[in-house]
Amino acid sequence: MTERELQAAALVPRLAAALAQAAGDRSFTFMEVCGTHTMAIARYGLRQLLPPGIRLVSGPGCPVCVTAMRDLDTVVAMARLPQVTLCTFGDLVRVPASRTTLAAERAAGADVRVVYSALDAVQIAADEPRRQVVFAGIGFETTAPTVAAALLTAREKGVANFSVLSMHKTMPAPLRALLDAGETSIDGFILPGHVCVITGSDIYRFLADDYGVGGVVAGFEPQDVLGALLALVGQQRPEITIEYTRAVRPEGNRVAQQIIEEVFDPCEADWRGLGVIPGSGLKLAPACSGFDAQARFTVDPGEPREPAGCRCGEVLRGLVDPPDCALFGRRCTPEDPIGACMVSSEGSCAAYYRYQDLDG
Amino acid sequence: MTDDRILIGHGSGGKLYRDLVRDVFVAAFSNSVLDRLDDAAALASPSGRVAITTDAHVVQPLEFPGGDIGRLSVSGTVNDLATAAARPLALAAAFIIEEGFLLADLRRLCASMARTAQEAAVHIVTGDTKVVQRGLADGLYITTTGVGEIVVDHDVSAAAVRVGDAVLLSGSIGDHSAAVLAARGEFHFDLALQSDCAPLWSLVEGALAAGGTAVRFLRDPTRGGLTAVLAELAESAGLGVEVEEEAVPVAPPVRALCELLGYDPFVLANEGKMVLVVGPEKADDVLAALRRHPLGAQAARIGEVTSAHPRRVALRTAFGTRRVLDMPIGELLPRIC
Repeated sequence: MTERELQAAALVPRLAAALAQAAGDRSFTFMEVCGTHTMAIARYGLRQLLPPGIRLVSGPGCPVCVTAMRDLDTVVAMARLPQVTLCTFGDLVRVPASRTTLAAERAAGADVRVVYSALDAVQIAADEPRRQVVFAGIGFETTAPTVAAALLTAREKGVANFSVLSMHKTMPAPLRALLDAGETSIDGFILPGHVCVITGSDIYRFLADDYGVGGVVAGFEPQDVLGALLALVGQQRPEITIEYTRAVRPEGNRVAQQIIEEVFDPCEADWRGLGVIPGSGLKLAPACSGFDAQARFTVDPGEPREPAGCRCGEVLRGLVDPPDCALFGRRCTPEDPIGACMVSSEGSCAAYYRYQDLDG
Repeated sequence: MTDDRILIGHGSGGKLYRDLVRDVFVAAFSNSVLDRLDDAAALASPSGRVAITTDAHVVQPLEFPGGDIGRLSVSGTVNDLATAAARPLALAAAFIIEEGFLLADLRRLCASMARTAQEAAVHIVTGDTKVVQRGLADGLYITTTGVGEIVVDHDVSAAAVRVGDAVLLSGSIGDHSAAVLAARGEFHFDLALQSDCAPLWSLVEGALAAGGTAVRFLRDPTRGGLTAVLAELAESAGLGVEVEEEAVPVAPPVRALCELLGYDPFVLANEGKMVLVVGPEKADDVLAALRRHPLGAQAARIGEVTSAHPRRVALRTAFGTRRVLDMPIGELLPRIC
């Protein structure tokens, strides 16, 4: 094992014991709102280390999973345009839209390419001037600065055949919406580590101030998550603190925030499972509208169709656990997914499917 | 030869074709059987059972740190024969070459095939060449078929596996995929990544000598990685497999790449590794034999076959928690082998 792994292996059992002691026989429901946390919790089997009173639910933290069907259909419609090269993060390729997937469209002749960053898409546009390269912009505040930087690079280099289909979203507003809906009682939030690197933690103070719900910004190692849970259980009054101090500051990263502000404006966004939430999305600012794919191309995504029986929406709100969905593991599996939550590597259902009760 | 590139005419069967075969393929692979240039190679038949296997190779890029499509094509087929406990007897190689391919590149790749075949003590005894129009073959596709002599009398397959058997792994995982990925130039990492591409018959031969009938199952973790092999094993044997995450060797640069890109080293392709399931009474002997071989220096005992959770593979993490390892789905990394 590496040095870091050795340290973790020593810390984890001690944190788990401290957590069990601190929780006592109290019950808590904590929600994490970050796809990477969903994955880390599943990958390390962290639920197996928690005392019985602590329940961890996944919220709307998977950017692919919260993309509305209409937006997915728009991506597909753009990919179908003969002059368009649709560049996307890998996760989106197998997600079921209303009638098809990007993978199926690619097999039928659409030019769909997986990229690891938006800058790759700009490079493709520069290398292939006869193609119209559209980048499917999915992700929260962690991704938005990189897309903004790519757009500015395209502008600086005169790569005119590049555009962005912005479906980016921001985190604070949906948490407010969740708490306003009051459907599930959340005792605290494990706040998204990478998003908070950009935004800082101060913008989450409203959780404690307006709703009396605490939150801890956590990193992604098992000792980070356990440490955050310990901090949450130990809060004397609701507050927002940072466990992930090695990467997160209360005010966040001003440079990244500025680049977001330069390229994007806030707008309403349609969240799968949560509906339309004002101020929760990012659209291209007027000064950047020349790179807006929605302005450049007119497409008809058709009527959105949600798959029958799919409970992704309730999963994303933390109302049900994936196994509560009748389709889970039967008609909806990672090989043959019906909803986004099962396809995306950060989806709750996919994470649950991997972490299955081995002794059952 | 009059030109430095492959032309459509090289695939036509006429003089250009004969020149190509003589000047490139026979020149690289020369042996008494191939030199006859018969359409079918005649071989002496072994006394026991025979194994046959075939593989198509479409890797991009064609050359990468630690290997190339030529080395891959020979190693891949030798290793598939090895999983049947078969000593390689002869290889056939079919080339689909794109018009415009540089002859110098083809010679270099054939030299690599010849070297790899020599390491595996096997000859390429027959072949075929087709040329397709520019743009249709991404440079070069190679399909190799191998014939081998099965050197054991007992059944080496999932059906032979029993509860309590040890699961051994001949070395670190993820090396090949990581090297190919880095060679695609999409990332600008400064990591010392090398494909592990290598023929493994002599490694397996040593393991069989040490383990005898206790060697139950052999499989090389290529596409789908270690997870795919273990998942298939569990499914076919109808038994459970338990793996210790810490026991599985992963080289530091591979680990670093995986963390950066969010890949799981357990599902990445390997081209020079073997998974062996061995009866517990002989597990230590087989492990020692693997470690004595240059290609098995990092061999490890990574888990065991269990009666719990039949048909499923459980991974025990460093923290004592457990999770299921499922068959990986869909395209993880295309054109990796």
